[in-house]
Amino acid sequence: MPQINEGLGLLSEQFMLLAGFAYMVAFCAFAWDLVTFSKTVKKGIATEESANAAELVSAGASRTKAQDLGAGPLDRGIRPSSKTHAGSDGVTAGDSMRYGKAKRVVARVAVALTILAAAVHGLAVVFRGMAAGRVPWGNMYEFCTTGSFAVIVVFLIVLTRRDLRFLGTFVVGLVLVMLTAASVSFWTPVGHLVPALQSYWLVIHVSIAVISSAMFTLTFAMSVLQLFQAKREASIAAGKKDRAPVMRLVPNALSLENLSYRINGIAFVGWTVTVMFGSIWAEKAWGRFWGWDTKEVWSFVIWVVYAGYLHARATRGWSGTRAAWLSIVGYLCIIFNFTIVNVYFSGLHSYAGL
Amino acid sequence: MKENLVKKPKSAEAAPAKADVALPQLGFFGMIRWAWRQLTSMRTALFLLLLLAVAAVPGSLFPQRSSAAAEVTQYLKDNPVSGPIMDWFKLFDVYSSPWFSAIYLLLFTSLIGCVIPRAKIHYKALRSAPPRTPKRLSRLAEYGTVQIPAGSGMDAKAAVADAAAVLKSRGYRVDVRDLDTDRPSVGAEIGFFKEIGNLVFHTSMIGVLAAVAVSGLFGYSGQRVLIEGETFVNTLPGYDTFTPGTNFGDGQLSPYSVQLDKLAVTYDRETKAHYGQPIDFTATLTTKDGPGAAPKKQILKVNDPVAIGGTNVYLVGNGYAPVVTIKDGKGNVAFQGPVISIPTDGAYTSPIVIKVPDAKPNQLAFVGLFLPTAVVNEEGVTFGSDPDPLNPQLILDAYTGDLGLDSGIPRNVYTLDTSKLTQINGRKLEAGGITLRAYESFTLPGGNGSISFDGIKRFAALDIRHDPAQVYVLVFAVLALAGLIASLFLNRRRVWVRTGNHPDGRTMVEFGLLARGEDHRLAGESAAISKALHAKWMVSEPETVHHGVGESHTNSDADSGVIMASKDQ
Repeated sequence: MPQINEGLGLLSEQFMLLAGFAYMVAFCAFAWDLVTFSKTVKKGIATEESANAAELVSAGASRTKAQDLGAGPLDRGIRPSSKTHAGSDGVTAGDSMRYGKAKRVVARVAVALTILAAAVHGLAVVFRGMAAGRVPWGNMYEFCTTGSFAVIVVFLIVLTRRDLRFLGTFVVGLVLVMLTAASVSFWTPVGHLVPALQSYWLVIHVSIAVISSAMFTLTFAMSVLQLFQAKREASIAAGKKDRAPVMRLVPNALSLENLSYRINGIAFVGWTVTVMFGSIWAEKAWGRFWGWDTKEVWSFVIWVVYAGYLHARATRGWSGTRAAWLSIVGYLCIIFNFTIVNVYFSGLHSYAGL
Repeated sequence: MKENLVKKPKSAEAAPAKADVALPQLGFFGMIRWAWRQLTSMRTALFLLLLLAVAAVPGSLFPQRSSAAAEVTQYLKDNPVSGPIMDWFKLFDVYSSPWFSAIYLLLFTSLIGCVIPRAKIHYKALRSAPPRTPKRLSRLAEYGTVQIPAGSGMDAKAAVADAAAVLKSRGYRVDVRDLDTDRPSVGAEIGFFKEIGNLVFHTSMIGVLAAVAVSGLFGYSGQRVLIEGETFVNTLPGYDTFTPGTNFGDGQLSPYSVQLDKLAVTYDRETKAHYGQPIDFTATLTTKDGPGAAPKKQILKVNDPVAIGGTNVYLVGNGYAPVVTIKDGKGNVAFQGPVISIPTDGAYTSPIVIKVPDAKPNQLAFVGLFLPTAVVNEEGVTFGSDPDPLNPQLILDAYTGDLGLDSGIPRNVYTLDTSKLTQINGRKLEAGGITLRAYESFTLPGGNGSISFDGIKRFAALDIRHDPAQVYVLVFAVLALAGLIASLFLNRRRVWVRTGNHPDGRTMVEFGLLARGEDHRLAGESAAISKALHAKWMVSEPETVHHGVGESHTNSDADSGVIMASKDQ
């Protein structure tokens, strides 16, 4: 059993606090970007639209048609690749989530701050692991701090592929909530693993659970935005005034749906593996691979809800808003499984000092 | 397949690709057709799936007999009105209840009704050639052209053969057609494993369910509490509790034996915050595969079961068994040995019951606590402060009378019904309670004998399990996972290449791609095919190879990091 290094544990907590402050600043920057950029977009929209009109005439009718459809649920059938959206249907970016050439200085600062915060956060997680001489996910505090780090890493990775900066406020906000919850409600000093958790399966099972949950966190944020955007698109289509111009920055509902579907697909496979590895570990630890322990029940419920989500996308009348709701419900189940089930339900899944 | 071809170019927006995923073509006839169609519809399957999620929840809200039978009994005692009603609704046996079973059986029926027709359709698709080449490839989702310069010696027929070879090397199934016309073409299709994966996933889920059902038939499990030095023999009387599967027979038990030599426990002494928290349990066992077999030393730990005689032995609990000697009123030793005390908290505060039916003239019984490290607080109350035996104490009340053990009614060894007994020692009695430190003894009042505390042993609670079907569950689960990955991440695509000889000597090649279902990597595949075709004919790829509907508009909107020249609708 490796020695516990309490000094390093303390350092980890200080870094965690530091990361929290950095996230706070990044959060403000992202929020500022949302406000200022949507103003810029509003100003630019008039000129863009006139330029667009000229282009559309030359491009012919088919292009106009495709663009209008960008907002409807039929985009998928047309061009699965992508196009840069003009602002004609109330959004700046389409499937590709490219926003044209406008520079968003504030957003860049926000991303830089997020990267800085993530680096400090990562160090804090590593120090915690080093202090305990094991993987840093042996209790709820560690699961929460490591999990939020995974959320930000997944966000930054997807950011290299897609301009998801509109999600920044949301994701950094969620990470802040997770870090606060960890430090306030779940805090426990660094310590050894209880014997029940001393297994290499802890490394495999929990790490995959953390990564899957991080991806589900991202799609949760996108699904919530999708619901708002779908409502806004409907009201704009009905000829009403755009009441939330901030949402211009957010891609259209269908693009959000498509991307969150892709991420949810990967996360669902991750969750399936989590449950399977969990079963193998359960067999090794308790002598049965499945026993409807409260934690197992909720992992099952989460799996079934997301399976429902994947099927919903292929069911007439269930794609779009309803699918987004399923994605949200699935994520709420994950939160419930982590908080309420861990704290209030009795079960075999033990967490040292919560 | 034909209708897809006809439909697609006509109105791309009216044929969302999801349609062919969602609805199976039902091949069943008869009067029950409608009901069957309802059950096997995607909508019903989705509804049943979500219902299953909801139905699983009560099992986590209320104690379940399968995992916590004692808690259920307690719940029924605490809620005499609502308890039985809930019991009638099987809320304490959710996962074996008729309503839960009904949901998953309906779901699986629906699933079978969905899988079989889809398997048939896919089997046909696997055996048929790629659909005929659309008239206007340029209307497909992805479209491109290659021009082979005049004088290359490559005519339309040779070019189409080359294109077929290129597609084949990319894993496509190809079919060259119209070779006798001046516009020969090749139709190609890829991604059959997507649907196969889908079918394998769903079939494997049925397999998982079947394997779980089988494991309920042939498995068994049992518990045994073993004190250091004791030996467990794998026979029915050897178990404290035993749960056989439906088809269990006595002959299934292989007569191995397990002796617990020592149980070593390590506590955290390093950190203040987790001081005294156990960090390791190691049981040393001597096992024999049969009555005459050679003894073997084995180590049993949490998370590390010992496999023996077709079963696994798990370490699931532990505690102290104080060793006591009790002499009766006649001065004879009425009981000598360790008594199991079940720990209730982190300091191993362990209630203990000692029954001495052999004591004469009066039977004796003791109820109280065992504390490994007893400490007296400011108010004079003794409590346990540490799980290690630093200052072990037995704090007992003594009773005499008929213990009722001879009446034949089974009694719980861990509880004592004191209603018909006479208390002779206790804090409230004049004689006082019994407090025994290590190696002390106490003489009971009224010439009832004495009790002495001679030592401490540890015990291990063992679970013994035999589940022959779980390996099949694993096999089906792994198959399901592989199928899931294939169905989610593979793409089914069709590609057509058509060639023709231009009057000026050039050979014109056009190709188009069509995705079946959602496919965000189609553009990347189109670019890759374009590149491969250009390389094949050693034609340099122009800056903009990739055309939309007769458009040359470009931007650098590369998808998912795929390097490609350009495309815009």
